[in-house]
Amino acid sequence: MSVIYILIILSVVVAGTFLGLFIWANKSGQYDDTTTPSMRMLFDDKKPDAEK
Amino acid sequence: MIETLNKVDSITECFHCHEPCRADAIEYDSKKFCCSGCKAVYELFSEGELAEFYKNRSFDKQADKYDFLNDPTLSEPFVSFRSDDYIRLKLKLPAIHCSSCVYVLENLHKVDKGIKSVTTNFVKKEADILIQPDQISLSNLCQLLDSIGYQPDLSLDSGEGVETKKMSELSLQIGVAAFCFGNIMLLSFPEYLGIDGQDGEFIRFFGWLSIVLSIPTMVYAAKPYFVNAFSGLRQGFFNIDIPIVLGILTLFFRSAYEIVTSIGPGYLDSLSGLVFFLLIGRWFQSKTYQSMSFERDYKSYFPLSVLKVAEDGEMSIGVNDIKIDDQLIIRNEEIVPTDAVLLSDSTSIDYSFVTGEGAPVMVTKGELIYAGGRLKGGRIAVRVRKECSQSYLTSLWNNQVFKEEKLTYAEELTNRISKHFTTIILSIAVLGGVFWYFTAPDKMWQVVAATLIIACPCALALSAPFTNGNALRVFGRHGFYLKKAALAERLAEIDTVVFDKTGTITSLKSIEAIYNGADLDETSIKIISTMTKNSTHPLSRAITAYFKGLDGVVDLDYFEELSGRGIFAQYMGADYYLGSSGWLGIKEEDNLNTSAVYFKVDDVVIGHFQIKHAYRKGINALLKSLGKEQSLQLISGDNANEQEYLEGIFPEGTKFYFNKKPLDKLNLIAELQEHGNKVMMIGDGLNDAGALRQSDFGIAITDDVSNFSPACDAILTGNELNSLDRFLKYARKSKQVIFGSFALSFAYNLIGISLALSGMLTPILAAILMPVSSISVVLFTTLRGNYLAKKLML
Repeated sequence: MSVIYILIILSVVVAGTFLGLFIWANKSGQYDDTTTPSMRMLFDDKKPDAEK
Repeated sequence: MIETLNKVDSITECFHCHEPCRADAIEYDSKKFCCSGCKAVYELFSEGELAEFYKNRSFDKQADKYDFLNDPTLSEPFVSFRSDDYIRLKLKLPAIHCSSCVYVLENLHKVDKGIKSVTTNFVKKEADILIQPDQISLSNLCQLLDSIGYQPDLSLDSGEGVETKKMSELSLQIGVAAFCFGNIMLLSFPEYLGIDGQDGEFIRFFGWLSIVLSIPTMVYAAKPYFVNAFSGLRQGFFNIDIPIVLGILTLFFRSAYEIVTSIGPGYLDSLSGLVFFLLIGRWFQSKTYQSMSFERDYKSYFPLSVLKVAEDGEMSIGVNDIKIDDQLIIRNEEIVPTDAVLLSDSTSIDYSFVTGEGAPVMVTKGELIYAGGRLKGGRIAVRVRKECSQSYLTSLWNNQVFKEEKLTYAEELTNRISKHFTTIILSIAVLGGVFWYFTAPDKMWQVVAATLIIACPCALALSAPFTNGNALRVFGRHGFYLKKAALAERLAEIDTVVFDKTGTITSLKSIEAIYNGADLDETSIKIISTMTKNSTHPLSRAITAYFKGLDGVVDLDYFEELSGRGIFAQYMGADYYLGSSGWLGIKEEDNLNTSAVYFKVDDVVIGHFQIKHAYRKGINALLKSLGKEQSLQLISGDNANEQEYLEGIFPEGTKFYFNKKPLDKLNLIAELQEHGNKVMMIGDGLNDAGALRQSDFGIAITDDVSNFSPACDAILTGNELNSLDRFLKYARKSKQVIFGSFALSFAYNLIGISLALSGMLTPILAAILMPVSSISVVLFTTLRGNYLAKKLML
C-alpha cells in the first residue's frame, strides 16, 4: 500500500505544475484582456501582400 | 497660367481625407483619391464591408490639432517606450464599439508603413500602438486615427493601472485557494467516507500533507483579510474581516493541533473552502467599468496644450507652462485653459459646463474670460491673467473636500453588524467554555474552538458582495454605472435629491424656441417656417419645431443665409430678417440671458424667439415619482428666469436656488448633511464637481459616457435619467435582500453553534455545513436580486 505515498506526491506535483502554469499565464498578462482576443480570432487572415 | 486655372476649376477632394487632389489623382471604384494611402484605407474598409463609415462622419479641418504631440514632454503621458527607432504608445479611443473597430485598427499597419502594430483592448477602449517615428510622427498618427473616426482621448487620468494589478492579484489568490481547497478535499475523502482505523499511518500522512497545503492559503490567499483586519484594528473600527480572521486562525491552529497530536483530522478542508468562497465573493464585487473614469478633475477637461504667440511665430506649449502675460491663441470649440483677457474684438464663450449658465456669453475686447469656457466663434487672441492652477474655476479644487478620501468603508452594513456579531460570538464561546469546564473539562477547548470555527461569518461576509455586485450589473445594463459595487448600499439611504439644472434636467443637445412679441398672423408663420426650413442651423431647426403643425410653405422671392448672423428673405416686396440682435442692430434686453433670435420685417422688430435648452423627456414623471419618497432641491448656476416653470414640474415643497457659484453648491450640500440628510447630488459640469464630491452619492449625468464627466460615485447616461426612481427603489429592495440573507446566515449559525456547544460538531458536519451556508446565501441573493430587477423592469 505504500505506493499510495508515491501516487499522492506525484498527483500533488502534477497539480502544482498546473498551478505554476496558471500563475505564469496570469503574470504574463494573458488574463488582462479576455474580450478582444475572442473577436480577433474570428477575423479572416488576409491574403499575403502582393509586393512580398 | 491657364493650366493652373483649369486645375483649380476642376479641383477634386480626395474621397478619404478630403484634401484637394493633385493632377495625378488615383481613381478607384469611380472615386478619386489623393494618394495610395487613402486608397488603401478605402480598399480596406470596403473589403471589410465598412464603407458605411464614409457616409456619416464629420470632417475636422483642424490639421494642426495634434501638433503638440511631437513635443516629447507633452506626449510623455501616452508613451510607454521610446527609442530612436520605435515608439510604443497607449491611446484611449472612446469610439471603439464593435469588433469591426478592432479589425480596422489592428489592420492599420497595412495603411501606413510607419505603424508596426496595433493591439486593441476592447473593454478598456484602448490601443497599444508601435510606430517608427521616422516614418510617421505622433501627430500624424493621431490625425490618421481621427480621420478614420477614432479620435484619441488625450486627457490625463490618474489612478490608472492600480485596478488591473489588484484584479490580477485577486485571480492569483483565487487560483491558489482553489488548488489548496481541491487537494485538501481529496485528502479528506477517506474521512468523509468513514474509512479510517486500521490505516492510521495514511491518515497521519494525509493530515501532514493537508497542513503543508493549507500554508499557501493562510499566507497568500487569505492575505487581504489579515491586512484589512489589522488596519481595521489599528484605526480602531471593527470591520467584518476581524471575525473572519479570528475564525480562520482558530480553524488553522485547532486543526494543526488535532493532526499533530493525532486526535482528529482537523478542519483544513473547511478552512481552504472558506477562503476560496470568500475570495469568489470579492471577485464578484470587484467588477468595475474599466473604460470609464470616475476620478477626473479639471485637468482632464482642459486641453493638454495651447498655442502661444512667441516672437518667432506660434508654438504649442503645455498648459502647465502657461505664464502670466503670455499671449495665447484659442480656436473655435477649444477650451480656454486659464483666466485671460480678450485681445480680439468680441466673441462668445459657452460657460454651460463651468457655471451652468445656459446661453453663450458675449465677451468684448478687454474683458476677462474665465478658465473652462468653450469658444464659440472664430479664433481669438487672449492675454493670460492667472496661471492655470490659480484660476477662478480650478481654485475650487483647493477646497478641503478634495483633499480627503471619501469614506465609504466604515459605514457599510456588514461592518456595522460585525462588531455586535463578534461580541456575541466571543461571549457565547466563553460561556460554553465555562459550562464545559465544570461538566467535562477535557472537552472544553474543543467546544470553544468549534464555536469560533462554525460561527465564522462566511455567509455574512458574502451577502453584501453578492447583492451589491448584482445591483451593479443590473444598473450597468441600464446606463447607470457605479464606481464600486458597495455604493449600491449607500444608494438605499438617500433621502434628499439635489438636481443641477443646465445639462442635468435640461439636455445640452436639444434646444427649444419660444416666441415672445406681437402676435404673428398665418402668413408670417408660413414665411418664418419656410425660412427656417431652408436652413440646417440648430436654431432654425428649433424654430421649425416650434411652429410644427401651423406651418406651410410659401414661395420666397429671395433667400440668403448669412453664416453666424441669420437668415434674410424677401416675399411680396417686403424684407424679412431672422437673426441675432447684433446683426439686426437691436439692443438686447438686459434681463434676457438666453440667446434669442429676432424677427424683423423691413425696419420693424416684430418679436423674438427665446432659445433655451429643452428639458429632458419624461422628467416630469420622474420628479413626481421621486418626490413621493425623497425631498427634492434644485441648485443652478443659471438665473431664476425659469423658476415659474420649474415650480410647475417639481413637487410642492421643493427648494430652488439660483445664481449659485460652484463653492455655494458645495456648501449647500454640506449644510443639508449637517441636518442629518443623506444627500444625492445629480450634476454634469465642472461647477458641480465640489457638490458631487461633498454629497453622499454624486451622480454625473452625461449624454456620452466617453465624454468628460467630473469625479463622481456613478455615471448615468442622460436618456436613463428617467429610471432614477426605479434605481433607488431597487437599491432599497437590495438592502432588504442583504438583511434577508443575514437572517439566513444567522439561522445556519444558530444550528452550527448549538451543535458546537453540545460538543457534537465533527469535521464532516463542519465540512458540509460551511459550504452549504455560503452557497445558499449566494443563491438566495442572486435569485432574489434578479427577480426584483425583473419586477421593477430593470
